[in-house]
Amino acid sequence: MVTLNVNGSLRNLDIPDDMPLLWALRDVLNMTGTKFGCGQGLCGACTIHIDGHPMRSCLATVSIAIGKRITTIEGIGATPEGKRVQEAWLALDVPQCGYCQSGQIMSAAALLAESPKPSDANIDERMAGNICRCGTYPRIRAAIKQAAGVKEA
Amino acid sequence: MTNRDLASPSRRGFLTATAAIGGGLLLGFGLHARGEVRDTLTTDAPFAPNAFLRIERTGKVTFVSPMIEMGQGTYTSLPMLIAEELEVDVDTIAIEHSPADDKLYVNPAIGVQMTGASKSIRGFYGPLRQAGAAARIMLVTAAAQRWEVDPSTCHAESGVVVHASTGRRLGYGALVDAAARLPVPEKVGLKDPAEFKLIGTPHRRLDTAGKVDGSAKFGIDTRLPGMKFAVLAQSPTFGGRLIAVDEAKAKAVRGVSQVVRLDDAVAVVASHTFAAKQGLAAADPQWDPGPNAKVSMSDIVGQLARASERPGAVARHEGDAAAVIARAARKVEAVYEQPFLAHATMEPMNCTVQMTTDGCDIWLGTQVPGMTQAAVMKLTGLKREQVRIHNHLLGGGFGRRLDYDGTVRAVQIAQQVSGPVQVIWTREEDIQHDLYRPHYYDRIRAGLDAQGKPVGWSHRIAGSSIIARYYGPGAMKDGVDRDAVESSANLPYHVGAIHVDYVQQEPPAGMHTSWWRGVGATRGTFVVESFMDELAVSAKQDPLAYRIALLDKQPRAQNVLRIAAERSGWGRPLRAGQGRGIALCIGFGSFVAQVVEVIVGKDGAVNPTHLWCAVDCGVQVNPDTIRAQMESGIIFGLSAALHGEITIKNGRVEQTNFGDYQVLRMHEAPRIDVVLVKNLEAPGGVGEPATSCVMPALTNAIFAAKGKRIRKLPVANQLR
Repeated sequence: MVTLNVNGSLRNLDIPDDMPLLWALRDVLNMTGTKFGCGQGLCGACTIHIDGHPMRSCLATVSIAIGKRITTIEGIGATPEGKRVQEAWLALDVPQCGYCQSGQIMSAAALLAESPKPSDANIDERMAGNICRCGTYPRIRAAIKQAAGVKEA
Repeated sequence: MTNRDLASPSRRGFLTATAAIGGGLLLGFGLHARGEVRDTLTTDAPFAPNAFLRIERTGKVTFVSPMIEMGQGTYTSLPMLIAEELEVDVDTIAIEHSPADDKLYVNPAIGVQMTGASKSIRGFYGPLRQAGAAARIMLVTAAAQRWEVDPSTCHAESGVVVHASTGRRLGYGALVDAAARLPVPEKVGLKDPAEFKLIGTPHRRLDTAGKVDGSAKFGIDTRLPGMKFAVLAQSPTFGGRLIAVDEAKAKAVRGVSQVVRLDDAVAVVASHTFAAKQGLAAADPQWDPGPNAKVSMSDIVGQLARASERPGAVARHEGDAAAVIARAARKVEAVYEQPFLAHATMEPMNCTVQMTTDGCDIWLGTQVPGMTQAAVMKLTGLKREQVRIHNHLLGGGFGRRLDYDGTVRAVQIAQQVSGPVQVIWTREEDIQHDLYRPHYYDRIRAGLDAQGKPVGWSHRIAGSSIIARYYGPGAMKDGVDRDAVESSANLPYHVGAIHVDYVQQEPPAGMHTSWWRGVGATRGTFVVESFMDELAVSAKQDPLAYRIALLDKQPRAQNVLRIAAERSGWGRPLRAGQGRGIALCIGFGSFVAQVVEVIVGKDGAVNPTHLWCAVDCGVQVNPDTIRAQMESGIIFGLSAALHGEITIKNGRVEQTNFGDYQVLRMHEAPRIDVVLVKNLEAPGGVGEPATSCVMPALTNAIFAAKGKRIRKLPVANQLR
């Protein structure tokens, strides 16, 4: 039995502690907002926060999250950065198919928490791990800037 | 839908029947008041004048969408068409995925219930406005009868019928029972485009809310009581067979309940995906590699090259191109090659199936619900009404979900499993068992006169036929695959005598090719727009002016070329290592021109920095969606042009995941400026032409920067 703190709720789960958090969230807790994309930390679709830091939940195991705070897309709106990012995403109609957007938003919220006024280089660096096949990158960049209150170049 | 269909009394009967079948089984979910997207959950709305619309006594309007949302914005643009004529606030419309039905939900521009070919607006621009207008007329008539006034003295606005002279008002909800008893009008008049309030005005997407808070449901998000998870491995070589699995070791993994063996695949079933993955690794499947064990790219390309030396099936023949080229003042010829491509949708292939005593339920995201249903009927022997398809938002389509191989696999597995099972493909499985964009091999040559003007043109395309596989060989016309010769047989430029032919050459048995964003236009546009650039260079003329001069009967094409060029500062000098390239795509009923500005570094790194795109797609429904689709198509096309390539070695795909099948990332995405050309021509498709256009625009820019002609995609390390 392990106890996980997910979006502020303590959840007792009968799962192996080497299980990647992705499957604990999706298959055991039925929290399907966090997406499976590649299973190798290459696409960012499964990004969550552990104690506020962005992590790829397809690689991060249950054991490393014990005693820490897990935040997922279902809970990120409760943080100031997450809320601003979601609002900007809505305002600029960022998503297309939407499948990668949970991960994009989690990475963007973590970026703003660390760099409230990110430069283009910051955005490139911190968002390069999140793939979008629909090509929403220009709108993601613009929405991050809108959420941060910085001007588009 | 025609007026005859609108009048058909069987429609309401069908909807009632769907409700009866669907009722207890289906999962519905509400997102937000604005842009509610529901799984097929038919309510008992009293007013259902056609297959697309239901209005409840509360006034709630539900749109049953014949086309599925896969990112292209159809869950906003199609409701806009309905709302424009129905006179309701589009933001209040709830959207449901349609059930499988190739008749009720046929795309009239295609002939089956298919979301593809950039044909959702083209297929439904008329029918959905008619559906909305017919419903409005019935509601207005019902109100007029209640008030005992002439219907022509009433009008509708924002879901209310108004009798202006007396100020009386009745909401649609109060009228649905009376409206349902009225005949559906045979003929309805539609608004003049000048009266449009919604169509042509940018409107926020209706499906965004669920996509920013994690509540939007894709097929892979299906969760059912008692559902198990299965991870699949198919024969790594095309045409191989399963010979052994260590079932005991697989079952020793905690959570694993079952190993399902098929002739050419194995699946491990478990209580969660992690256990299923571990179980599959423990099962260590052994394969007979089959007849393709030694097949590699050199064999495949060699076959294509030899095929392209044979005369092909003639797609276009005007004049004697061979003779004209032979005596032309100057000759230009080239061979172009384009690789196999995977779709790599962000949502990996998956399908959830429950076999029941009375049939089966299937939860997935598909571009072809009706064809999927038919495939499952064929596999299982079940009747149509016993195969219930529950469609979902698609985590990317790009053509991958026009095939139903994943559903057939999932049903084969579910037939051996008790209770619902979700079959998930790992990313490696998804990349290595895709149905690929064909590897194409094009030979092209032209003769120019003394002024550099083309007088003869000859183009032979060799590659596999998607039409023959998908629709059957009977769908070919005299040996020509009309998709494979797209943008070549219908070349828009004046080139004098012209000969275009096609040689079908299939890849190794067991390897299948399929639709990929831009389809034939993506193949054809790369070749003809690159070659047009070669001719301009040979003629020592500006590539823009050269094209314009050969397009004198194509004013819309000339216009988009001029706009894209002007916005880009065409002709202004650039720094060393920089280049500008231009290309035109006429396709899907639209005209797109793009200019790419590229920097080629000293190390040969290719960096497209800025892109200008002009699009004339006729009537615009949601202009912001058109912009988004241009951005999307450009980045999708750049991924392929710069990096995309699936290669075969010893009968298997070499690439495995996003590490070796690279796609564009944030730092590689150029700035994109889109210009929309406004007019009232028939609506054209916007999902695909930008993908087709960007590849030659990029490689033409590379030529301008470095003088190197890219005749084989991807660009990859060719400049290094």
